[in-house]
Amino acid sequence: MTLILEQLLNGLLYGITLFLLAAGLTLIFGIMGLINLAHGSLYMVGAFVGAWVASQTGSFWLGLPAALAGAMLAGFAIELGVMRRLYARDHLDQVLATFALILIFNELTVLLFGREPMFVELPASIATPIELLPGLVYPPFRLLIIAAGLGVALGLYFLINRTRIGMLVRAGSTNRDMVRALGVDIRLLYTMIFGLGALLAGLAGFMTSPVLAVQVGMGEQILLATFVVVVIGGVGSIKGAFVAGILLGIVDTCLRAFLPGVLREIMAGPEADALGVGIASMGIYLMMGIVLLFRPQGLFQAGG
Amino acid sequence: MRQHLIFIAAAIVCLSVLPLVAEATGQLALVGLTSRIMIYAIAAASLNFILGYGGMVSFGHAAFFGIGNYVVGILYFHHAEGVPLWGFIPGSNQLLITLPTAVLVAGFAALVIGSLALRTRGVQFIMITLAFAQMLYFFFVSLKTYGGEDGVIVRGANDLFALSLRDKTAMYYVILVVMVLFFAFLWRVVHSSFGTVLSGIRQNERRMTAMGISSYRYKLYGFVLAGMGAGLAGALMAVFMRFASPDTLHWTKSGELLIMVILGGVGTFFGPILGAAAFLILQTYLAAWTEHWQLAMGLILLGIVLGTKGGAKGLFDSIARKLRTEPR
Amino acid sequence: MNTILAIDDLVKRFAGLTATDHVSLNVATGHIHALIGPNGAGKSTLINLLCGELIPNEGRITLLGEDITACPAAERMKRGLARTFQITNLLNDFTVQQNISLAVQARQGNNFRILDTARGRVSILTEVDELLAASRLEPRRDVVAGNLSSGERKQLELMMALAGRPKLLLLDEPMAGLGRLESQQMIETLRGLRGKVSMLLIEHDMEAVYALADRISVLVYGRVILTGTADDIRASDEVRDAYLGLEDELC
Repeated sequence: MTLILEQLLNGLLYGITLFLLAAGLTLIFGIMGLINLAHGSLYMVGAFVGAWVASQTGSFWLGLPAALAGAMLAGFAIELGVMRRLYARDHLDQVLATFALILIFNELTVLLFGREPMFVELPASIATPIELLPGLVYPPFRLLIIAAGLGVALGLYFLINRTRIGMLVRAGSTNRDMVRALGVDIRLLYTMIFGLGALLAGLAGFMTSPVLAVQVGMGEQILLATFVVVVIGGVGSIKGAFVAGILLGIVDTCLRAFLPGVLREIMAGPEADALGVGIASMGIYLMMGIVLLFRPQGLFQAGG
Repeated sequence: MRQHLIFIAAAIVCLSVLPLVAEATGQLALVGLTSRIMIYAIAAASLNFILGYGGMVSFGHAAFFGIGNYVVGILYFHHAEGVPLWGFIPGSNQLLITLPTAVLVAGFAALVIGSLALRTRGVQFIMITLAFAQMLYFFFVSLKTYGGEDGVIVRGANDLFALSLRDKTAMYYVILVVMVLFFAFLWRVVHSSFGTVLSGIRQNERRMTAMGISSYRYKLYGFVLAGMGAGLAGALMAVFMRFASPDTLHWTKSGELLIMVILGGVGTFFGPILGAAAFLILQTYLAAWTEHWQLAMGLILLGIVLGTKGGAKGLFDSIARKLRTEPR
Repeated sequence: MNTILAIDDLVKRFAGLTATDHVSLNVATGHIHALIGPNGAGKSTLINLLCGELIPNEGRITLLGEDITACPAAERMKRGLARTFQITNLLNDFTVQQNISLAVQARQGNNFRILDTARGRVSILTEVDELLAASRLEPRRDVVAGNLSSGERKQLELMMALAGRPKLLLLDEPMAGLGRLESQQMIETLRGLRGKVSMLLIEHDMEAVYALADRISVLVYGRVILTGTADDIRASDEVRDAYLGLEDELC
């Protein structure tokens, strides 16, 4: 039972990460009609900058603002240098240009930090597991991530539903031309949204850096899962990104944790492990297929 | 048209004598490079068929390339082990069996994936094709029997009747013949009734619906044909490399195929050959020059997309226009 | 008199807005039935419901005695419906001749063949030549559709719709964007089709409506407020208040 609870918490953690990435991606698509493959690179930038600053200064917490600033600056640079020219282009050009950005970011990271993974040392105060329930010990840092992620989700909810920018975002995701017609400085709005997306990606990157290895290619791995979240949640919908992100995070984590064990009941150990991991890796994609069968537009419509 | 045919004939003659020239001048690597270019040209042309003629931006085309690759690998594995697959499908190392099997299996996979993915359009379609391809990547990686992440080694290559295709020159000619046949077939398809309808759907799907064409079925048919083409290329690649690898399904491979199509010009018939050649030559020379060749490749690609209106096709068009308007 | 198209109690709601509000309408075989109404009355919604681009919330659409309410769009076209678009919708990379060919090809079928040649289908080519010879677009046959004038585009729209040999033609503002002479020519063309094909004509140009229509229905805020002859419409106070009052320029 405690094992299940622990995996549920791990799933929630992964789900929060997916949500932070998917929220930015879905906003950028919803408002600007842009498909950004390089979103995972911003996640990687956040992780690397944060890990590097933390290791140089010896202070984990100094890594956080550095990660956020690094990802946001990278986001602004991409937006001003590349994305601006792509808004009016078709998806194919966007895919290729952002694919090129991935290659560039990955190689630049290799040049700067090398190919070896970096590991982040956590302060003992949040690294030492505490007992949540009798028998359930869990590192407080992970709880902190979950809390922070939920906080961000709440903040986004208010931003979207209670502010003028949010109003434009909602209007823009259903009717892009209308926002243009409102006389808003579209360029500024786009840059801000892109920066916000980059910030969230950088946050996700920094938050997961103590849990996962910080290495080149980490962005693409999670980018694909993020795409699945965006598609299942409904392209352009923040609410969808949240629901689908949490759902997929939990499903994926639980499949990986429990499926090999279940399969071992009916077949030999090593084969069960291999098959279990294989099916678990495919789990979220299969879910996407099932959702598409019934709701080709995803669970939620844009604007929510 | 006549000019076209003369040009094609000349190109085929050049490709036919290339191994002899390479041997005479000691440039043996050229044969291998050209073989790979021809294989990728088939895969890129099949992608161009749905992308350039059908308007479907698939970011998961490597899935079918990889399936063709693995079919050859798996059939060879069971041939070498002498154990039938699932107890009743015997293995094979005969090219005339493995190639058609690869094409059929890839076509079936395209039918399944396409029937789901084509329920969406635009950016969802891009993401979904990408995700399904990645799912198959994980599937093959999890098959420990077939090497997992390491893939299957096809030690003995395949045989064409009694001819062993371990011989690179023999394989070169097999690839050349298959490529010529493939492009001849593709030419027919593009200019057929179906090809015309598909082109109409790319230009204006709503109009085609208003003419009584249910676009879904046509797009799916095109998607399956393209999957079969990629499967063919993947199968050839497995025989040529004597290796079936999960890397052939990796999403970056789908990206590379897209780049080839763009470099050659979207929707141009022979473009994918030029695109595959440009990409592989560039890659080969950049990789020889620096281990960070991906940085250079990324910058070049970005420059092409941003520096021209409408990607590389725009680049070629504007160069062509400039050449035409220049005073003689 | 035979009814070719029967619309019964059709309702279409968008979030909070009823765009089509219990519309009932019959188009008699052979008639040109005009549908008029101010902007935002729901004319385009209605035509999209008839074509199958939208699915109604309630009600029934019957074409030639068969219920087509849930029929997919492409299937309706095969059952004898054809439409033109308000904003022309052509295959812009193809020439005039290729546009019409594809429309004929779509009707003739056999379109999953991958080893024939589309240009080798003689029956299509002859039919296209005949259609072109009888039209004003003959001299423009090899011009790419994207380069046509707006009047020519409207003509091509109509020819492509007719190439499907429909029983009922849905015309979404065929006069919109046309000059005076072009409008006259379009009226002539449509008049020439009278009796060969029934039409539901959505149009703002009242001159054209009065010149062509056997029956006229007035749509206001998603509801049909009156169906009658041109004289009935002219005489109706209700129409004047509800519709003409809103758009004086149409009087």
